[in-house]
Amino acid sequence: MRRNVIAVIIGFAALVGSYVAIRAQGPPGGPPPPPLVLSEVKWQPWNNTGLPRLPQTIPNDGPAPRRDLSGQWDSARGGIGARGSRGMPAPLTAWGEAKGKTHKSGDGIRMVDAPDINDPLSTQGDPGGYPRQLLFEMRHVQFFHTQVSVVAAFMWERRYRTIWTDGRALPTDPDPRWYGYSIGRWEDDTNFIVNSNGTDERTWLDNGGNPHSDQLRVEERWHRISQNRLELTVTLDDPKAYTRPWVASDKLQFVKIPDNVDYIEMMNAATEVQAVAAAFKAERELEKQAAPGR
Amino acid sequence: MKATLRGVALAILGVLVMPVSMMGHHGGASFDNTKEVTVKGTVTEWLWANPHCFLKVEEKDASGTARIWNLEFGNPTDITSRGFSRRTFKVGDQITVSVTPVKSGAPVGRARVVTLADGTKL
Repeated sequence: MRRNVIAVIIGFAALVGSYVAIRAQGPPGGPPPPPLVLSEVKWQPWNNTGLPRLPQTIPNDGPAPRRDLSGQWDSARGGIGARGSRGMPAPLTAWGEAKGKTHKSGDGIRMVDAPDINDPLSTQGDPGGYPRQLLFEMRHVQFFHTQVSVVAAFMWERRYRTIWTDGRALPTDPDPRWYGYSIGRWEDDTNFIVNSNGTDERTWLDNGGNPHSDQLRVEERWHRISQNRLELTVTLDDPKAYTRPWVASDKLQFVKIPDNVDYIEMMNAATEVQAVAAAFKAERELEKQAAPGR
Repeated sequence: MKATLRGVALAILGVLVMPVSMMGHHGGASFDNTKEVTVKGTVTEWLWANPHCFLKVEEKDASGTARIWNLEFGNPTDITSRGFSRRTFKVGDQITVSVTPVKSGAPVGRARVVTLADGTKL
């Protein structure tokens, strides 16, 4: 039995290795993409879609400035999270299990055929909400500092969040909001910690349909590594839905983009997602006509 | 021990499905990834929308019988980086598309490469 376990673990390691290799090389069968040089990226005047991949190195990268996240940050598609959150979810409670079973997602273990998806974001045009904002289509964020807050503006859905830094506490009995309530503090000169609560149970955690309750508390750790690098770690604590806290995003990497880069508009408008849902249903009808027994 | 094995097996399953599901926002089991067909015809509709764009193309066979292909694309942001835009197609355009068809034989598929009337390939 022990030998079996070792064999399974070796096989698992090989699969992970091949997966990482495929991801690093680009599309299967194609040549590996050339290293990306940040200073040589050709930005368009309008509608940029973001970096295709992270640069391996950033020449002349300086030290992180003190207590400053301001500017535009791009995850080079690392935060799309199409299969669901980046971390392995903690085990669900009975409540979480029941809630999750109602979610028919486009990715992950709850994945169903496209016409059967019931994701409120991609089939109804509901707001993605928080913390899904951090765990799905997290391609780009821009930070602005004020005397009393840090404001985060996201490319995806063109949403913004206000993270209060004026010393107030989180609400003790919050009225749920799509994007919750957030406060922030500097742990030291380069680590900005954001704590949030008051989320809306109607939203999903990610594209995999992982559920959450209104008891969810979120900690974001924004670590300014250098002048041009930033990383995000998201930890979730939801005792109603999960048996223990878990890391949903582990050191997601961002690089700094010039302030004058214009990003494309990307959102799930209600009329558009409903048209897409109708197109998927039309495809299913065509398939039924072609193969009635399916 | 059984529980350990079950946990490891679940982890493996997770890795196995990961690359496939990274390719799109829904399952792809209905597509025949071993096949490629060429669709040549006239654009009847271009839906530029999240989370997926769709193109309808009317194709006529040798007898003149028409059928309309429903072709799936990625989201607008990702295909913008490949050169597509809301205005790439208009009704009546003559185009050629290489397509990954569905297994059922229905005129449904995922677009691979589009050749516009002027020869531009996207």
